[in-house]
Amino acid sequence: MARFTPKVVTANALLEGDVIYLTADDRWTRLHHEAELIEDEAHAQLRLVHAMAQKSVAVGAYLADAKAGPDGPEPTHFREVFRTRGPSNYPHGKQAELI
Amino acid sequence: MYSYNDFDEAFVRSRVAQFSQQVHRRIDGSLTEEEFRPLRLMNGLYLQLHAYMLRVAIPYGTLNPRQMRQLAHIAQTYDKGYGHFTTRQNIQFNWPKLPDVPAILTALADVEMHAIQTSGNCVRNVTSDHFAAAAADEIEDPRPYAELLRQWSTDHPEFQFLPRKFKIAITGAPNDRAVTAAHDIGLRLVKNDKGEVGFSVLVGGGLGRTPMIGMVVREFLPKEDLLPYVEAVLSVYNTLGRRDNKYKARIKITLHETGKEEITRQIEARFAQLRPLFGGHDQDLLAEITEAFAPPAFRNAPVDAYDAFYKADPVFRAWADTNLAQHRNDQYAIVTISLKAHGATPGDASADQMRVMADLAERYGHNELRISHEQNVILPHIHKGDLPAVHAALVQAGLGTANVGLISDIIACPGMDYCALATARAIPVAQQIATRFDELKLEHDVGPLKIKISGCINACGHHHVGHIGILGLDRAGVENYQITLGGDGTETAVVGERAGPGFAYDEIVPAIERIVGAYLEHREAPEETFLEAYRRLGLAPFKAALYPSEGKKDAA
Repeated sequence: MARFTPKVVTANALLEGDVIYLTADDRWTRLHHEAELIEDEAHAQLRLVHAMAQKSVAVGAYLADAKAGPDGPEPTHFREVFRTRGPSNYPHGKQAELI
Repeated sequence: MYSYNDFDEAFVRSRVAQFSQQVHRRIDGSLTEEEFRPLRLMNGLYLQLHAYMLRVAIPYGTLNPRQMRQLAHIAQTYDKGYGHFTTRQNIQFNWPKLPDVPAILTALADVEMHAIQTSGNCVRNVTSDHFAAAAADEIEDPRPYAELLRQWSTDHPEFQFLPRKFKIAITGAPNDRAVTAAHDIGLRLVKNDKGEVGFSVLVGGGLGRTPMIGMVVREFLPKEDLLPYVEAVLSVYNTLGRRDNKYKARIKITLHETGKEEITRQIEARFAQLRPLFGGHDQDLLAEITEAFAPPAFRNAPVDAYDAFYKADPVFRAWADTNLAQHRNDQYAIVTISLKAHGATPGDASADQMRVMADLAERYGHNELRISHEQNVILPHIHKGDLPAVHAALVQAGLGTANVGLISDIIACPGMDYCALATARAIPVAQQIATRFDELKLEHDVGPLKIKISGCINACGHHHVGHIGILGLDRAGVENYQITLGGDGTETAVVGERAGPGFAYDEIVPAIERIVGAYLEHREAPEETFLEAYRRLGLAPFKAALYPSEGKKDAA
């Protein structure tokens, strides 16, 4: 069986549409590095079910690949990297709002 | 241009009220996302990568200044101060917040606009020639027919749940500027031997993962048969179209699987049933609509100012040479305002720029604006004597770029900077190509060349019909760009040919440079355009330029 790749639970916020991540203490954060890095497949499924149940907060929750970094989880795929900062043509989205 | 009647007004207002209630019920938790999603899509609201996106219909790309100003107001009040004009002649707002959407839709309804049927498996915004009613080569203004189709298809009970989305494009000119061959139905106004005007009807065109050029199913359709015939096509598609596989659900696949002869037979049989049911009300309606599209009162005045500026001012001359098209009235010109300043995002206009364009249309342009599928804005009726003033105002607003039809006039979809479906970015590739060729000061020497970029296989950026097409893909977790060459979106439509293996994000601009270098080297004369040279030479010299090391390997 293939080794499980660590994951974070991510979604979009219902009201603003902004990218959000599930933390270990059941909060939703706008910051990738504050997300819970999930290293166990069964636990990942439980966390996803938990996220999907929060219908009035989060939309379209899914598991995204991630890896451990010095400040917390880091995205591995470029799509997830873009989601942590916003578009490349304007300083809009997280890259502007979270500074 | 067409103005809402009481019915249109009441319908749009009731939809705004209905959707506003649905938004409230979603926010208070009475609706789940699964329940809400199809409702929001029917009203043009997507959830994208970083935010919601609202796609607003601009029917057949025609706008008046008041509408343009309202788009500016929405951009400034509810978004980040800009809007993105798309290849479907629509506008998209990239940052609306869900609780604000009812207010945005109300603001749109105030100027006879909406976002209905800009998504979902229904008949989408009918697109048309952005030079309609102005072009010198036109047989007839296609927009009254587009408006008739819009009214007929809006909330049509039979066609709200088609197997897949359905796009209709219509042109009134033999030079096809509306890419009709790449639509589910393409309508071309033509004259028959008797001199009567009717439609040549193409069916089954489309880009996406299975690009196909539409086939002619009716050489000549009398104008008064338009609605029953289009209804027959949709009816046959609604019955035969596949609902088991999303990727095989478009009418192009239905046509392919059924065969042109059989599907034509079924369309004609259905048409024979439907035709008698149309008792002439549609023609009365069409006559009313046509009146609304009466040509403006063209001014008769000297054009000396234009001639003098053209001789004296090289900046004006360069702009006039690229951005003006021939108007049917000799004293007038069609102005294309480039939304492709070198290094800027193709199709984006700030709220201030929208206001400048609205002012110019009001002051000099008989109150008309158009959005082209090439993501530019058109002032279709400008008296030549006013062109120096219009140009000066555009330059001041950062809208004076003289590059229409050139290598930096690039179509690009939002790509992975915004779109949830994208597999790679498209906008920065366009920005870098435009910037690079501006640095090289080559684009006027290169001449007409259409680059079109899509950030995924769905091909919103029309890459298949670009002279140079670029398709961004995700190859093993890295952005990779495939190149197609020789595509053409006009009346001589053809799907481009794949050049070979793709290029990494930082290799794509040099690759385009090599293609252009090969063209400059091999063209017979500067008059031979890129597309003409490609048609004469084929893929080989361009491939050799793109993959130089492979040639060496073969030789070794």
